[in-house]
Amino acid sequence: MSEAVAHDDHDHGPEKGLMRWVRTTNHKDIGTLYLLFSLAMFMFGGAMAMVIRMELFQPGLQVVDPHFFNQMTTMHALVMVFGAVMPAFVGLANWLIPMMIGAPDMALPRMNNWSFWILPFAFTMLASTLFMDGGAPAGGWTMYAPLVLQTGDAFPFLIFAVHLLGISSVMGAINVVATIMNMRAPGMTLMKMPLFVWTWFITAYLLIAVMPVFAGAVTMLLTDKFFGTSFFNAAGGGDPVMFQHIFWFFGHPEVYIMILPAFGVVSAIIPTFARKPLFGYSSMVYATASIAFLSFIVWAHHMFTVGMPLAGELFFMYATMMIAVPTGVKVFNWVSTMWKGSMTFETPMLFSIAFVVLFTVGGLSGLMMSITPVDFQYHDTYFIVAHFHYTLVTGSVFSIMAAAYYWMPKWTGNMYNEKLGKIHFWLSAIFVNVLFFPQHFLGLAGMPRRIPDYSVQFTDWNMVSSIGGFGFGLSQLLFCYIVYATIRGGEKATDQVWEGATGLEFEQLPSPAPYHSFNTAPEVK
Amino acid sequence: MAEGKHSKTVTMLVAMVFFMSGFSFALVPLYDVFCEVTGLNGKTAEGPAAISKAQVDTDRTVKVQFLTNLNNQAPWKFKADVYEMKVHPGQMYETSFYAQNLTADKKVAQAVASVSPGLAAEHFNKTECFCFNEQAFEANEGKDMPLRFMVNPELPKEITTLTLSYTFFELDKLAKQ
Repeated sequence: MSEAVAHDDHDHGPEKGLMRWVRTTNHKDIGTLYLLFSLAMFMFGGAMAMVIRMELFQPGLQVVDPHFFNQMTTMHALVMVFGAVMPAFVGLANWLIPMMIGAPDMALPRMNNWSFWILPFAFTMLASTLFMDGGAPAGGWTMYAPLVLQTGDAFPFLIFAVHLLGISSVMGAINVVATIMNMRAPGMTLMKMPLFVWTWFITAYLLIAVMPVFAGAVTMLLTDKFFGTSFFNAAGGGDPVMFQHIFWFFGHPEVYIMILPAFGVVSAIIPTFARKPLFGYSSMVYATASIAFLSFIVWAHHMFTVGMPLAGELFFMYATMMIAVPTGVKVFNWVSTMWKGSMTFETPMLFSIAFVVLFTVGGLSGLMMSITPVDFQYHDTYFIVAHFHYTLVTGSVFSIMAAAYYWMPKWTGNMYNEKLGKIHFWLSAIFVNVLFFPQHFLGLAGMPRRIPDYSVQFTDWNMVSSIGGFGFGLSQLLFCYIVYATIRGGEKATDQVWEGATGLEFEQLPSPAPYHSFNTAPEVK
Repeated sequence: MAEGKHSKTVTMLVAMVFFMSGFSFALVPLYDVFCEVTGLNGKTAEGPAAISKAQVDTDRTVKVQFLTNLNNQAPWKFKADVYEMKVHPGQMYETSFYAQNLTADKKVAQAVASVSPGLAAEHFNKTECFCFNEQAFEANEGKDMPLRFMVNPELPKEITTLTLSYTFFELDKLAKQ
């Protein structure tokens, strides 16, 4: 039992043994479960990426057969999106939102337990398809009909896994909204909330709005395959293109679900190490809300080549370009926060600065693709692969790592090894660019995505990219070790942890944060 | 328990979830309406058009091209008897298509029509078409299938060429899938 709660007469510490983790309703335990699960999935999805890069190391078919290659690309995406990035942010939300707004726990602790424990079952179902007749789903994570209907025994497993993941995220989102709406400490007005809380608040609404649409779309796939409906079957009066519209109506807000909390993380870290308050707080809130709104009206930019009236292409082109405005506001604000600040460069700050620079690279290639006529060239090439990996790896994943380094001392009470953290950062930052930057060139030169073999003129950059991939993959083993070592021990962290850190979790709670915190609401200035 | 004070929020959020689930299915009819308005996909009517006595516009000639496709490389022969016709809007024309089942099994097939450019689809009126019904074929049977159509004089002036494309879907195979 933690010393810090000793004065709390009706409190008790965690249950002993393994059942603690199964039965827990404590937001910190559940946050830990989410984060560790996400790290495991990150390594699992990463292993599949290594298979992909191994096969693409040189032209010709060397390591795996094309069908297995397609299973790898499909499963890599599903695992990384739904298993690594989304649960990591839910884990951060669980740990941080109650501490940041001065609440004792999440609003619905039992549902919280349930929303986590659905995940291992969903991913067991999904991973088990690798061993089935016909293999795992191989039609791409976007599950386009009619191709996905050719999936073998894995098909119903894929659909039900997606249903479970959807239920889990929707429950998590309901919990976040209820917590933020009803459990803020007195004085914690909406416009005083840390940006991480704000971005999650908006993300949760996005989840509630689009996960049911995704569930609906995959249910239609299921009935098309097994119950003779023709939602996406032209012979029965349906339309395969409609699947793409419904999918991307979910899919585009989904990409913001994976990046908005990252904006929140970076907006917490940069002011700390620049030792200046965040520049333009309220513009950050409004920018986040506008990005969320715009995300609902740009979906068809994923399908410019599918055949659309000219007016449609123009509408989606201009709407997409408009997203650059609020995103630009954010980047400007982060840079202005650093301007003339007394900056120091600890690992979380390094990851955050890399986030700002490299996410902007991904944002700029996104702006290029929003131009309809040039998208006809980029569509389904490695340029797209480079673009979304810049936003998702150097964007979302880097922000998650920054968050882990930034808050781990608060969670565990121990400082991580700064030297190893810096080595991890530099290895990751260099290799990730070796990995993904050449893919821009490959895409512009015309290399299509989702192929196991390619023309010889693409050899050199693919080899470079694969070397970057192996380097980036191996560097993450170091991250696993750093996390393990920090949980086990290390130099004790101070209560404030970082010199410039602000917020309730750093100002009013000891390190490590006690098992039960803020049973009486804190004073908010 | 603490649930009490959250029940209003949670009810509202769960209602949103149900609303959006319903919305995902509502997108299906909405999509059809949207396609009709914009002419997306060039879907033609699924039943016969009423025979109308439109004014024949002999001053205007529109080229109508016929395309035939097989879905999934199904074992069929499917072709148009003529590949191209020059027609006057408002006049009724007849042509035919030939399809043959190349297997030793009974088959049922369905042709799905699509017109390009999409905005012309609503002005392409078929009074008789083999695509209105499923077509049954005995083993190795081949047959001529008629199409009677008229191009509506309201067809926008700038459209001078229409392409009617048929895709032949084998239904038995779909049922077995």
